[in-house]
Amino acid sequence: MKYLHLIWAALFRRKSRTFLTLVSIIAAFVLFGLLDSVRVAFTAGNDVAGAGRLIVNSKMSMQQPLPESLGARIATVPGVAAVASANWFGGVYQDPKNQVVSFAVSPNYFDLYPELNLPADQRAIWGKTRTGAVVGAALAKRFGWKIGDKIPLQSTIFPSKASGNQTWTFDIVGIFHARDPAQAGREQMLMFHWKYFDENNAFGSGTVHWYVVKVAHPAQADAVAHAIDAISANSDHETKAQTEQAFQASFIKQMVNIGFIVTAIMGAVFFTLLLLTGNTMMQAVRERTNELAVLKTIGFSNTSVLAMVLAEGVLMLVLGGAIGLALVSLIVPALSAKSGGMMPVHAVAGSTWLVGVLLMVLIGAVVGLPPALRAMRLNIVEALRMGA
Amino acid sequence: MKKFLINLGLLLLMVVALVIWTKLPWIGAVALAVLLALWMLLTRTGRQASSVTAVGMGTLRQRIGSSSVIVIGIAGVVGVLVALLAMGQGFQATLQGGGRDDTAIVLRGGSVSEAQSVMTHDDVNAIEQAPGIARDAAGKPLVSAELVVAASMRKKNSDDDGNAQLRGVDDSAWALRPNLKIVQGRKFKPGLRELVVGQGAQREFANLGVGDEVKLGRQRWKVVGVFASGDAYASELWADRKEVAADYRRGDSAESVLVKLSSASAFAPFKAALAADPKLKVEADTTKAYFAKQSAGLAKIIRIVGLVVGVIMAIGAVFGALNCMFAAVAARAREIATLRAIGFRGGPVVVSVMLETMLLALLGGVLGAVVVWLVFDGYTASTLSGFSDVVFQFKVDGALIWTGLKWALAIGFIGGLFPAVRAARLPVTTALREL
Repeated sequence: MKYLHLIWAALFRRKSRTFLTLVSIIAAFVLFGLLDSVRVAFTAGNDVAGAGRLIVNSKMSMQQPLPESLGARIATVPGVAAVASANWFGGVYQDPKNQVVSFAVSPNYFDLYPELNLPADQRAIWGKTRTGAVVGAALAKRFGWKIGDKIPLQSTIFPSKASGNQTWTFDIVGIFHARDPAQAGREQMLMFHWKYFDENNAFGSGTVHWYVVKVAHPAQADAVAHAIDAISANSDHETKAQTEQAFQASFIKQMVNIGFIVTAIMGAVFFTLLLLTGNTMMQAVRERTNELAVLKTIGFSNTSVLAMVLAEGVLMLVLGGAIGLALVSLIVPALSAKSGGMMPVHAVAGSTWLVGVLLMVLIGAVVGLPPALRAMRLNIVEALRMGA
Repeated sequence: MKKFLINLGLLLLMVVALVIWTKLPWIGAVALAVLLALWMLLTRTGRQASSVTAVGMGTLRQRIGSSSVIVIGIAGVVGVLVALLAMGQGFQATLQGGGRDDTAIVLRGGSVSEAQSVMTHDDVNAIEQAPGIARDAAGKPLVSAELVVAASMRKKNSDDDGNAQLRGVDDSAWALRPNLKIVQGRKFKPGLRELVVGQGAQREFANLGVGDEVKLGRQRWKVVGVFASGDAYASELWADRKEVAADYRRGDSAESVLVKLSSASAFAPFKAALAADPKLKVEADTTKAYFAKQSAGLAKIIRIVGLVVGVIMAIGAVFGALNCMFAAVAARAREIATLRAIGFRGGPVVVSVMLETMLLALLGGVLGAVVVWLVFDGYTASTLSGFSDVVFQFKVDGALIWTGLKWALAIGFIGGLFPAVRAARLPVTTALREL
């Protein structure tokens, strides 16, 4: 530590070179931070709040409906604490581009999602309003909806009996928030009563698309899932029960292998960075051959010279990397606000910082090592003669 | 103050050059290169420039480390950029590949995709009566009512389930897609639970060899053939519509109706006739327009991501190149000063440093593009489109490679400009004195 000012002075010996190198490092870590945040955004939801919830849908296809009567039978399976149901609605608002994530849900749906906070008085009113809908705060903000508004939604799937076409009318009676700001993506949903959906749906009734099951003990989730599937085995509506995490993960895996793409890009970036900073470090040390020899002459040991050059490399990477990640933590909230819920990440995740810092130290050490070894092995007499 | 103005001027020059450069077609770039070559051969300053460049290139070997940083740094930028753009283009090409001007798809009004549409038996009959529909040899209208179901299937070499698109079609479906060819086995027979699978689907999902049996919905289905089409259909499984509807309890409804028109110009009257029918609430689109709409969203996202990643990487590479070239100019300070002292002008020095950087950049760009072309051209990936898996191939073509090279040269231009000007403005006396 006492050599810090010495290392610092060596690092900024040539200001313009260090500045240029730092910008390259910053660019690399900005990219790393952004891509890793996207990866985190896509894998979010695999968290503790989802533990102990199962999603039960048709084994044949996600879109295939299940009988509504199945819910009561699932509730009797030992280990099941609660059962709620949901239907796809496929809502769009005003323009086909404005897709609204909208589900017709059973009255107890919010009991199973304690991470979503719907004020009790609004929930009571919702219970009494047949055409009532509750919307997430982010969605309400996106379209400027307020409690008391009457809104028309077009269903891309289900015609309404009341209007004779695709338009359904809802009364907004409640606005819910996600308790954890990191899950603000969940505020992009609209929920309304399954009963209204069932009565007003011109395509017949009595079906739901999936059940959400709360298990009493998360450790038993797999056993309960098997027991639920056993109810409908060999019937014409076989089910597939899986944990919420597994359900989401299978969706994401099919999108594109995001992890692979991120890793491939970052591999290319960091390989280049390694070469670039390695080259700069080599140059820097070669220039200072003379000074290093002087340091050794006045009594610095070989190991402390090695450590100093190594520390210089690490310091450069940590400096650039920290600035880069700090920039990302400024960009990410803006990006997330602009994306309209597509990217529900508000801050750089702890894991991103951790991996980032590890990368900084590792790359710093790798680029510092060759010049450090060179400095350590420096022969004082020769070095002084060469530099003279 | 003077220095500041000069730097400001350089910055402006750089911006202007970049704007022109992005608009320039490849023929313009070739013309520039030819002009440069003529100038170097025919004029006095040009010949000076070429000899200074030759000297610079001669010392490249001693600077192999920093030169390779420029080359590899730019290769990385171009490689990542071209790979991401190739992904977006491949996806779009696959989805649009099945689209034609003389084929129309009819969906229920307001539906964005097939999965959201429903058509009754009466709707299908009414659509068949519309004008402008081509007929086969027997006089039957070439119309196929179709039903798609996202069927849960085991992925190949994995314990996960994916969603295969199972399409129930009528007899005329084959005539409606002339691209589609059976490459193995035969077509399914109407009335039997037989499947014909696309090559993409066969690659993605387990147990889809000819002769295999798979369970879809409630029933077991036999795979009797494989087809190739080079578009999104290749990710699907095809079967008789009535059998699919029976298995998935869809009655005799369909989701979309595909219509072969007598010609592309028959589309407007066909669409108008459907719109005029008060009983029908449907919308018609040519399949070309329909598929283009389906792929636009995701393709745009991939493109934007590619450009953002490319820009950030390019910033890193520009500063890397600046660093290396400043170092190179500093190392050659005496040499350049000597040249100036014996009468070489500043212009040739600027040109030589810039030319050197841009040649290194070009080398890097070619390297990156070639590696991506070798690795990713034809690389198969799959993604979710709507509810189902779509298999597509990365497409690296000449236009993309040219885009990559343009980026490489732009990075080289910026990375070389400032060091070149510094080299030319170096005071001769101090540079000569310095060691």
